[in-house]
Amino acid sequence: MRWQYPLLIVFLGGLFMAVQYFVPLEFSERIYEYALDWIIIVGVFTMCLGLWSLFRVSLAKIQTKAPAWGYNYITLAGLFAMLILGPAFGIEEGKPFMTLFWYIYTPIQASMFALLAFYIASAAYRAFRARTMIATILLVTATIIMLRLIPLGFLSGPNQWAVNWILTVPNMAAKRAIAMGIGLGGIATALKVVLGIERSYMGKD
Amino acid sequence: MKNKFVFRNKVLLIFFLTLPFLLLGLNTSSAQEAGEVKALVDSSAQAPASPTDVVAKDAPNDNGHAIVVMWKPSADDGAGKNNVLSYEILRSDNSDTGFVVRGMVPAGTNQYLDRGAREKEDKNYFPSHKNFYYKIRAKSDVSFSESKVSAPAYAFGQWFHTGKTSIFLATAIFTFFVLLFINMAKKGKELYVRPIAGIDAVDEAIGRATEMGRPILYILGLGSAGDLATIASLTILSRVAKKVAEYQTSLLVPVADPVVLTVAQESVKAGYYDAGRPDAYKEDSVWYITSMQFAYVSAVNGLMLRERTATNLYLGAFYAESLLLAETGNIAGSIQISGTDQVAQIPFFIAATDYTLIGEELYAASAYLGREPLLLGAIKAQDWGKILIMISLLLGALAATLHFDFFVNLFRIKL
Repeated sequence: MRWQYPLLIVFLGGLFMAVQYFVPLEFSERIYEYALDWIIIVGVFTMCLGLWSLFRVSLAKIQTKAPAWGYNYITLAGLFAMLILGPAFGIEEGKPFMTLFWYIYTPIQASMFALLAFYIASAAYRAFRARTMIATILLVTATIIMLRLIPLGFLSGPNQWAVNWILTVPNMAAKRAIAMGIGLGGIATALKVVLGIERSYMGKD
Repeated sequence: MKNKFVFRNKVLLIFFLTLPFLLLGLNTSSAQEAGEVKALVDSSAQAPASPTDVVAKDAPNDNGHAIVVMWKPSADDGAGKNNVLSYEILRSDNSDTGFVVRGMVPAGTNQYLDRGAREKEDKNYFPSHKNFYYKIRAKSDVSFSESKVSAPAYAFGQWFHTGKTSIFLATAIFTFFVLLFINMAKKGKELYVRPIAGIDAVDEAIGRATEMGRPILYILGLGSAGDLATIASLTILSRVAKKVAEYQTSLLVPVADPVVLTVAQESVKAGYYDAGRPDAYKEDSVWYITSMQFAYVSAVNGLMLRERTATNLYLGAFYAESLLLAETGNIAGSIQISGTDQVAQIPFFIAATDYTLIGEELYAASAYLGREPLLLGAIKAQDWGKILIMISLLLGALAATLHFDFFVNLFRIKL
């Protein structure tokens, strides 16, 4: 019986969410917003679990001297520094919390994002090797698309026409086909969960 | 002394010379003002014709805090004196007095949605089920005229959003298909579903990791527990965990969302139980890193390079981090399987990973891996749904070409 209650809650919750999408009444809106508030509340509590998980795993790696265990010291130092500095001095601009955020975290994050440029180049190099017919078509198409960014003189007009056609006909058709498949798959997945057919998220005892 | 005298004379001379001009100027500006007043009077006499046929009615498909006001534009709007600049919408709960301006629209407009707030504490609160009267004021640059007061109207909420009828019907038909095929599967009917290379490769990838003695990395993406891609990925995770437990290899699941963490732990635990090896489950194999996108990527990339993971599975909602993860996995020499419903990220995954589950294949993967008839029934329903969409597309194109609007309007969505 204790397995039936969570399934019943999921079923009723899923049914309500599906129905409320079609019912614009005020009470429907209010219950929906109330449910969203609960998501935030649950999220706040699970954040504690998340931080505990990070702390425990990092500590275990230090204790067992796992590979590159030294990094875990940095992780824990960063975690506790932000946890302590925030409540102690506030999180306004100019306070230690925001100073660390702007001058340590943000540049590191920007560096990670900048790596993307190099990774795009290396991935494109592999993808565009004309080994098969399909790869060759991809290479030619990509070349036409990229050439729109540079002046080509009298070829600019025909190139622009080709780019527009590629983006609005075959590319758009493929994207819409994927979107329709995603829509159907989404509904099917939601139904499987709501009807209790898919219940692996509940775990086992 | 003489200099002072000369200076005073100069000042007096300048004063007397400029006095007539000053007097003339004052007189001129007075004359100008008088002219303006005269013009105003003339303009008020030339007020635009008033709007007519003001109708107020409840706004459709809403929560009951809005009224739509429609009117016939002034005869001087775009024609006649052509002096209408805007319309002001006035409202009162009394047909005679107390009208206040609720909004303004430019000339050429004949409709206004008077929407208010739902909360009583809000300054713009709009009560439901209360009669209101409207009138419209046509304004020129200096004058205005007002329409007659409309009949009373009140706002009320609707039980069904008629603009979403086509969505409702499509969902109902598809749900019917899902239930039908699930029922058929329950009765033992054999359902054929086409093989998907990326899913077939999961077994091979887990076997490879076992042979190499290296862990499998499973990334659920940056989606929350409410994202369908994450939910689909969590169901796949359970199947993968079961196979991992059977092969007795190790699984690493770093997550970026604390809610997903708790569900992922349960999913992995379920997989180990299903494989009959609950003792092999380690709670620390699923752990939280951070919710910050690039900090998470940095941690996972480091993990890949240190642990030299044999297999990386990227299944869920991915954004700009997709290529950063996949390229690092490629550098680490891992076999990689990806899947996402984020259309913009699919090309990156196709370029950088060995197998990619495109869109709906991600949702279907769980059923493929489990081979459970009930789950396969849902996939079969998806195939039928696609057939219906294709037929509708063909018929829709034909109907639009022949201007057969009834069929085209059946699919129109008015949100």
